Amino acid sequence: MLTNKRLILAHFWLAFSVFGLAILLGAWQMLIRSPLHAWISNPEWYYRSLTAHGTVMGYVFPTLVAMGFGYAISETSLNQPLIGRRWAWAGFWLVLVGAVTAMVPVSLGLASVLYTFYPPMIGNPFYYIGVVLVVVGSWIWVALMSINLAAWKRANPDKPVPLAMFANVAGSYLWAWTAVGAALELLLQIIPAAIGLTSTIDAGLSRVFFSWTLHAIVYFWLIPAYIAYYTIVPRAIGGKVYSDAMARIAFILFLVVSMPIGMHHTFADPQVGAGFKFIHSAFTALVAIPTLLTVFTICASVEIAGRLRGGKGPFGWIAALPWDNPIMLAVTFSFIMLGFGGAGGLINMSYQLDATIHNTQWITGHFHLIFGGAIVIMYFAIAYDLWPHLTGRQLTNLRLMRTQLWLWFIGMIVTTFPWHWVGILGMPRRMAYYDYTNAALEPTALSVSISVVGAFILVISAILFFVVLLEGQRAPRENAGPYRFSMAVHPPVTLPAVLNGHALWVTLMVGLTITNYGFPVYELVTRSGMSVPAIYVGGER
Amino acid sequence: MSVRGNSIFRDRWAIRCIALTAVLFVAIAFIGLVLLPLLQPNVKAAGLWDAICSAAGIARKPTNTTPVAPDFKISSVVVTPEMLDTADAQSIGRGATLAHQCAICHGPAGFSRADSPNLSGQYASAIYKQLKDFQSGARSNAIMTPFAAKLTDQDMIDVASYYAYLPRLPEDRTRQVIVAPQIVSNGAPLRNIPPCGSCHGSIDHKVGSPWLQGQPAAYIKAQLQAFARGQRNNDISQQMRNIARQMTPQEIDEAARYYSSLSQSAQLTGR
Repeated sequence: MLTNKRLILAHFWLAFSVFGLAILLGAWQMLIRSPLHAWISNPEWYYRSLTAHGTVMGYVFPTLVAMGFGYAISETSLNQPLIGRRWAWAGFWLVLVGAVTAMVPVSLGLASVLYTFYPPMIGNPFYYIGVVLVVVGSWIWVALMSINLAAWKRANPDKPVPLAMFANVAGSYLWAWTAVGAALELLLQIIPAAIGLTSTIDAGLSRVFFSWTLHAIVYFWLIPAYIAYYTIVPRAIGGKVYSDAMARIAFILFLVVSMPIGMHHTFADPQVGAGFKFIHSAFTALVAIPTLLTVFTICASVEIAGRLRGGKGPFGWIAALPWDNPIMLAVTFSFIMLGFGGAGGLINMSYQLDATIHNTQWITGHFHLIFGGAIVIMYFAIAYDLWPHLTGRQLTNLRLMRTQLWLWFIGMIVTTFPWHWVGILGMPRRMAYYDYTNAALEPTALSVSISVVGAFILVISAILFFVVLLEGQRAPRENAGPYRFSMAVHPPVTLPAVLNGHALWVTLMVGLTITNYGFPVYELVTRSGMSVPAIYVGGER
Repeated sequence: MSVRGNSIFRDRWAIRCIALTAVLFVAIAFIGLVLLPLLQPNVKAAGLWDAICSAAGIARKPTNTTPVAPDFKISSVVVTPEMLDTADAQSIGRGATLAHQCAICHGPAGFSRADSPNLSGQYASAIYKQLKDFQSGARSNAIMTPFAAKLTDQDMIDVASYYAYLPRLPEDRTRQVIVAPQIVSNGAPLRNIPPCGSCHGSIDHKVGSPWLQGQPAAYIKAQLQAFARGQRNNDISQQMRNIARQMTPQEIDEAARYYSSLSQSAQLTGR
């Protein structure tokens, strides 16, 4: 029962609009730092664009998708109108105002510090205040998801929480807690320096705070995609979820183990002890468990669909799958990209192997493949699946949808595979200018140029995505019926209480954060002489 | 369908999960904080506790051995973004009086005709830092060292504030504009050289870096050569020595000629 369609559509439209702008910046960046374009002579333009691209793609776009999808899940899976509709709109407006507040100084070149902030560089305070507003807006969503679930539980004391809502609330709690790290960094360190209350900053401590956010935020981006794997894909292709309990275990494992692992982003940082780096590395390895559980469960669920459609033998079910269904294509592409991206991730999380690719283009290739590839392609799938229920109009152009998904997949592979490769060749990241005539960089020139072609294929795919949605807005009205989620093969007869609530898992998440971050943060806070002068970008102070 | 158990924390599954997590953490922490540090042959720990502290990231106390002192004086000036960014009229006035003794080389209005740096419109923090360094011996010059020796801290603030207050030479449109050489606009990333313009104006300005536009070519070239040879070493953390050592003589020439070709107020390139 979708009653707040305008609210949900507003979130999705804003999300995809900012995505459409940011992808153009991304393609431009790929072009101007490649051998295909003469150097623009001013690195500031590049960093300005990069800051905007990262801020929008990292903070605004996925947060709005998670929020909009979350409201849709709450209404449809709980079958109750959203409680706190006005608050939800307030959250939306806060994200919008925050995004604009952050982007104005970035556009003016006053905050070209990149979306990961990189203290001691300090930009215009409104950039950081805007980011804080985006986060505060999303925290309203977190609270609303919790309130709506609690109300439903009171009304349905003995019923298991629907899987989609269980996962959605897990994702919201993960976000609420992981955002605390960057919030501490912004409120205690960066904003005081940006508004002139302090002129020095402990950049090492900032990096540790940011690592608290930086890794689990990826899993926050990932959760809507995982919810789609479990609760949309099997239904859309005519199958069933292989195991409801396995799905719940995957989500609660993400909640617990994706949080206390962020220090694998600080392997090269001297201010963190090697012992804690090992602990974070070991916990990072544990994230493979929910990922592999998901790969197994979803492959099994897809196999069920194939066999229900008459597929026989060890591989016959694959041919029997509905390959003309965009959701089928999306999940396939997503899994392929997740597989390659995950394999690359094993290198990044290993203390020793990471040294070979640290600060190279490999890293940017990696997170574009995982986020831009495996995750964003599922955002498209979510939009395609949900749109007829939100607009009351059918999306009929399946061929265009398939073309769009194919182009996104091909574009992402063409962009990110050479990107990984030049990283292995040692090409550093975060630089605006590369001298391809230099013997050390000359071997990367061809790969970088291929990457640029991939970037423009992605732009074309994004344009097609908008064409599909806009065509859908103009299609004749048709009732899409009630929105449904996938059913499990064996709906659980009884469910242990631990798989029906989040309290235990939130406790473990916070507990592991304290064990894994508590001492390093304490040690850095109490150590004297660690601060360095802030470097103000965007002009003389 | 139904849900088993009421309170999650009294659930036996919950207790098992908490216990498993605790065991996992303790085992991983033992390996990371105790076992691996002891197994590392290259870690010179005084004992078990020292190894644990090191792995936990506790800063080691400085050793008793005296650090090797450089055979030259190093700069003791700490440059901050707010340093000397406001000056009162009295300070500027005192500076004007004191600056009479500078005029013979740096020009009565801060424009030199003797290949000494032009000081009008220069950042106060940059002038102050050099005067302090001349006084402490971190930078030495047969002419400047005796001048700086007799200045008080307030004198240096005043002189710096006065020159910062003076206007830069207006743009001279009859000058021939040279295109910024690559070293100024791009640097040489593979030799760890950032663009000159990213600190000294034309792209961005960083605290403590002087404004170079319109400075005499001979002066810029001489300073870069002195940095490269280690004859000048009052740059913070060897920033300029590391850059100048990597620059080719041709790049030094190009940068010097380019900056001297600009008038002091020339519009920034690329903006």
